Amino acid sequence: MKTAVLSGKGGTGKTFVSVNLAYAAGKSMYIDCDVEEPNGHIFLKPTVDGTESVCVLIPKVNQSKCSGCRKCVDFCRFNALAYIRDRVEVFEDICHSCGGCSLVCPEGAITEKPKEIGVIKSGNSGDVRVISGIMDTGEESGVPIIKQLLEKTWEETDVFIDAPPGSACTVMESIRDIDYCILVTEPTVFGLHNLKMVLELVDIFKKPHGVVINKTVGPFPVLENYLKSRNTEILMEIKYDPVLGDLNSRGMIAAKENPRYHDMFTELLSGIEGKAAHV
Amino acid sequence: MIAAIPVEVNNMGSCINKSLGRTPYFLFYDTINKVSKFVDNSAAGSQGGAGIKAAQLIADNGANAVIAPACGKNAADVLTASGIKIYRSSGCSLKDNILALEDGKLAELTDIHPGFHRHGGSGK
Repeated sequence: MKTAVLSGKGGTGKTFVSVNLAYAAGKSMYIDCDVEEPNGHIFLKPTVDGTESVCVLIPKVNQSKCSGCRKCVDFCRFNALAYIRDRVEVFEDICHSCGGCSLVCPEGAITEKPKEIGVIKSGNSGDVRVISGIMDTGEESGVPIIKQLLEKTWEETDVFIDAPPGSACTVMESIRDIDYCILVTEPTVFGLHNLKMVLELVDIFKKPHGVVINKTVGPFPVLENYLKSRNTEILMEIKYDPVLGDLNSRGMIAAKENPRYHDMFTELLSGIEGKAAHV
Repeated sequence: MIAAIPVEVNNMGSCINKSLGRTPYFLFYDTINKVSKFVDNSAAGSQGGAGIKAAQLIADNGANAVIAPACGKNAADVLTASGIKIYRSSGCSLKDNILALEDGKLAELTDIHPGFHRHGGSGK
């Protein structure tokens, strides 16, 4: 079963939940798709045994073949190309790698060359296979890295995806082939607002899902009633606990250090097991 | 010399616009023949790279100088590669700035900012 852990905003506990689930599952795979700031490795501390590059294609101009027709400049909706003093100049940081310029060039003056936008690191943390995507600072989109990351999923164990925050393209890419989504939220008005956006997304993708409320300090009827009104299951509530804050701040896995949390995540695991099949 | 200036409306009473890439119009002022030409900025609504496209438009209209309050890196790269000098505007008046340019009283704009990319709603 492939489970993705999502949230509307950063800092709600996606990494906390996905890392602890992977640990509680024993033999499993953890994939960090939060490529802009992957942090699962801080807790899992894998022994890295493989690093691979992720590249996109960007235009390469053969100026001697260029006739100066500017079809490429006019085509690029991101204005990544300019025609200056009889030369086509490429602004690599702005290019979205659509390949259109090379298609519209009537002279065959534009070919494509790879440009690295990040890396994927793989390794083991006990029984957990850990795969992390790391995007280079300033790159436009993490989607190509996530696509390459998800090629690594396997069928032999449970797979847990630590998704990027929000509900944008990178999240959609992360859940495309997922069986079940866990939505982590906080019991605040802000948390509920962002949760609604992610619920809208999983509804569009028709993904079975449930909610984990993190850092509860008592009932929060606005959130609970909302979830009830749309028949969304609350899978687990994690009470605010200074012990957790301490463990997290020292990069430790709660389910490993504390039997209570081990039980909690084992229970969550058995709670979601087989959920995908019932929907 | 032809000076390009980002302007808010297309007449000589206009103020200089703060944005070079997304200004609605450019004034191209020919200092020798004293001729003004206003051109729509086709880059204004760009999803991204407005500075590059606006600088291309400035170069294509034969400008030798730009007068603006600020300029981003990508636009500056295109302008510089096209041999166009960038001057810092002083106040909002077109006439005052054109006179100052002709008298050699405008300083070159050297503190090029890194740009305001990904604020145009291009998403990720």
